[in-house]
Amino acid sequence: MVTPENIKTWIEEGLANSEVQAQGDGQHFSAIVICPEFAGKNTLARHRMVYDALGDRMQTQIHALSLQTLTPDEV
Amino acid sequence: MSVTEQIQQTITDNEVVLFMKGTPDFPQCGFSGKAVHMLRQCGCHDFASVNVLEDPDVRQGIKDFSNWPTVPQLYIKGEFIGGCDIMVEMFEKGELQELLK
Repeated sequence: MVTPENIKTWIEEGLANSEVQAQGDGQHFSAIVICPEFAGKNTLARHRMVYDALGDRMQTQIHALSLQTLTPDEV
Repeated sequence: MSVTEQIQQTITDNEVVLFMKGTPDFPQCGFSGKAVHMLRQCGCHDFASVNVLEDPDVRQGIKDFSNWPTVPQLYIKGEFIGGCDIMVEMFEKGELQELLK
């Protein structure tokens, strides 16, 4: 079963310089992703970066993931 | 018509399209239900909706088409806007209402 720790590790591994706080019950997850590379990008672009970091896993292992994406300045 | 062509036609023929699980009156997923709610909160009631649960080809097809892994998905004037989280954020900033005028 996927854990919030998995979500955190996977995003941080796939998205350089990011810091993640994740919660979830194995089916539905939510994560706050903080990354300076989000600067200047709109929400859609930021979410795409996180999904890209997770790759195939969104299709195969993660049912739902709510995201909040912030730069360190926005926290 | 391929699934891609079907999807392209739907988003071209309709100004606002929500790809969702279930129907607006009977959503089958909390996020899809919330997306419908957001649209209605913006005063948009006559949007087109596609129930991806009815057709597995569309369910996968829309994810490939948008390069986005989850449903619901909102299209306005042929452009992909985002999923539920993004709709909520845009609603809170007043941006969703602007787009739907």
